[in-house]
Amino acid sequence: MKELRLMKGNEAMAEAAIRAGFDGYFGYPITPQSEVMEHLQKERPAIRTGMVVLQAESEVASINMVYGGAASGKNVLTSSSSPGISLMQEGISYIAAAELPCLIINVVRGGPGLGDIQAAQSDYFQAVKGGGHGDYRLIVLAPSSVQECSDFVKLALELANKYNNPAMLLSDGAIGQMMEKVELFPQQPRWTLEEIRKKKPWATNGRLFNQERHIVTSLHLIPEKLEAHNNHLQAKYKEIEKNEVRYEEIKCDDAEYIIVAYGLASRTAQKTLQLARAEGIKLGLIRPITLFPFPKIPISTYAEKVKGFLTLEMSAGQMVEDVRLAVNGRVPVEFYGRTGGMLPAPDEVLAVVKNVFKI
Amino acid sequence: MNIEMIKPENLVYTKTKLMTDNALSYCPGCGHGTAHRIIMEVIDEMGIQEDTIGIAPVGCSVLAYEFMNIDMQEASHGRAPALATAVKRLWPDKYVFSYQGDGDLAAIGTAETIHACNRGENIVMIFINNGIYGMTGGQMAPTTLPNMKTATSPYGRDVKEMGHPLKMTELIAQLPGTYYVTRQAVHKPANVRKTKKAIRKAFELSKENVGVCFIEIVSNCNSGWKMRPNEANIWMEDNMFPFFPLGDIKVDGQLITK
Ligand SMILES: Cc1ncc(C[n+]2csc(CCOP(=O)(O)OP(=O)(O)O)c2C)c(N)n1
Ligand code: SF4
Ligand SMILES: [Mg+2]
Repeated sequence: MKELRLMKGNEAMAEAAIRAGFDGYFGYPITPQSEVMEHLQKERPAIRTGMVVLQAESEVASINMVYGGAASGKNVLTSSSSPGISLMQEGISYIAAAELPCLIINVVRGGPGLGDIQAAQSDYFQAVKGGGHGDYRLIVLAPSSVQECSDFVKLALELANKYNNPAMLLSDGAIGQMMEKVELFPQQPRWTLEEIRKKKPWATNGRLFNQERHIVTSLHLIPEKLEAHNNHLQAKYKEIEKNEVRYEEIKCDDAEYIIVAYGLASRTAQKTLQLARAEGIKLGLIRPITLFPFPKIPISTYAEKVKGFLTLEMSAGQMVEDVRLAVNGRVPVEFYGRTGGMLPAPDEVLAVVKNVFKI
Repeated sequence: MNIEMIKPENLVYTKTKLMTDNALSYCPGCGHGTAHRIIMEVIDEMGIQEDTIGIAPVGCSVLAYEFMNIDMQEASHGRAPALATAVKRLWPDKYVFSYQGDGDLAAIGTAETIHACNRGENIVMIFINNGIYGMTGGQMAPTTLPNMKTATSPYGRDVKEMGHPLKMTELIAQLPGTYYVTRQAVHKPANVRKTKKAIRKAFELSKENVGVCFIEIVSNCNSGWKMRPNEANIWMEDNMFPFFPLGDIKVDGQLITK
């Protein structure tokens, strides 16, 4: 039997975290994502599944609680919004270096600085290119609906555990706050001690008498060793790029022009598509679902067929750099963006399409 | 040496198996190694290695996990109490301890320290106070004494300009989340015995989930203080102990009134 509910994106992510079998959540309130912890606390997850929920003293503390929890073999997550995610960056770098699976949710708001509390996509660079120090990558999933908010929490945990890598859900203030129908997935059991020992044999949860101790660290003082570790990480990221690219394409088969947009902006782009098609303009849409790994190959393939791309973002132009790398100069890659919580309107985008491609 | 003497029946002391064979990275004379050893002895003697997780800091003891032969996590600078909080909450039946220096615990990690203590996390916190940043080459620490010379207070700590040394242990003892708070040392055998007793008490209490058990160890940093080890110990007795007096500060959740 389907379990349908009308929920905010933030609530759907919280509910999904309980249902996906997470063991712990550590967070600090910030708009526009405070409903995540609020929903968790209201739901009494300690009673429902035994999940631990703790309000930390800061995002610095919450990401380091995630570090400790993940290092002990538990499935843990945190959520925040842009300024809080900035505070977490040192911790995220440590987690990526120590190869700890966990989930970080960023419900992006307008920046830079304190910015505002409206929806934005201006944390793409931070999420996809690193954010913290050193050569590392997060697995980044971008939901565009409340349904995907729920589904991707579960998917992100699976991917994080598959690759021993932190995963990030890059949502935004609008998807976090808007209410939509969502089909909830059934409750998954939390891992038993035996499962933890089997699936995370490296975890630090007590050295058995007949075993070697486990250490979780990101320190490699000998340059040769650190380089070898970095090479290992890079090989893993290549593997992720090979296996885990996810994207959606709409009406690209006969398209002469393609919009590339993710998350909320992709919904505007879908509407633009309808308007364009009604006028006989052959417009298609590629929606990256994984921002890392980025769908380079499909974009590159369409670069052979179409006359141009328009990247649509709620930023001053961040993902457009990855689209340009994939297209590699073969056709024009134009950009249109609104910032600060301003949302592009479908007819506004259509006018841009006509203008830049001289249709 | 008379090899004949090395027989089990003559053995009065042995290296605990919970210290690895790795050579300690500490300067000769430094208190860190002694502190490590007695913590490991306590865990060994209590037979709780299977149930103990340690959190190492950033500081000279960043490599504590190379020496402590148990499951260990290496935290970022100052955040060990956050890691310990999560591990203990997710594994409530385990023993979890953090091990931190004064820069780690009382400067960059002040918020994590105070809030872990205030929440009454059921963890053991070990605080090695040597009044200086040992690892980075002897800069001023939050616990550097007034007028003490360091690399970043080369003419002595001017408290008007650089602030006062922070008595973190007295501060956290005020919080209802702490249960047992004591200040000890490891520079003399009698102190080592007392400190070991305190550590044992802290681990035993931690099973009863009564809140934070906090042990400050006032320790030397002969390299950072630019003294010979013995001089450093004498200087510590003459200068550090008057400012950071040894003894219990809070027992059974009650502040000791002197
Ligand atoms: C975020 C961050 N800031 C600064 C440092 C540099 N750093 C490493 S250890 C240390 C001070 C450690 O002093 P303390 O905690 O007193 O330990 P000790 O070496 O004296 O035992 C500093 C500032 C760092 N590693 N990370
Ligand atoms: S620098 Fe100081 S604290 Fe560090 S090992 Fe040497 S004596 Fe010990
Ligand atoms: Mg120090």
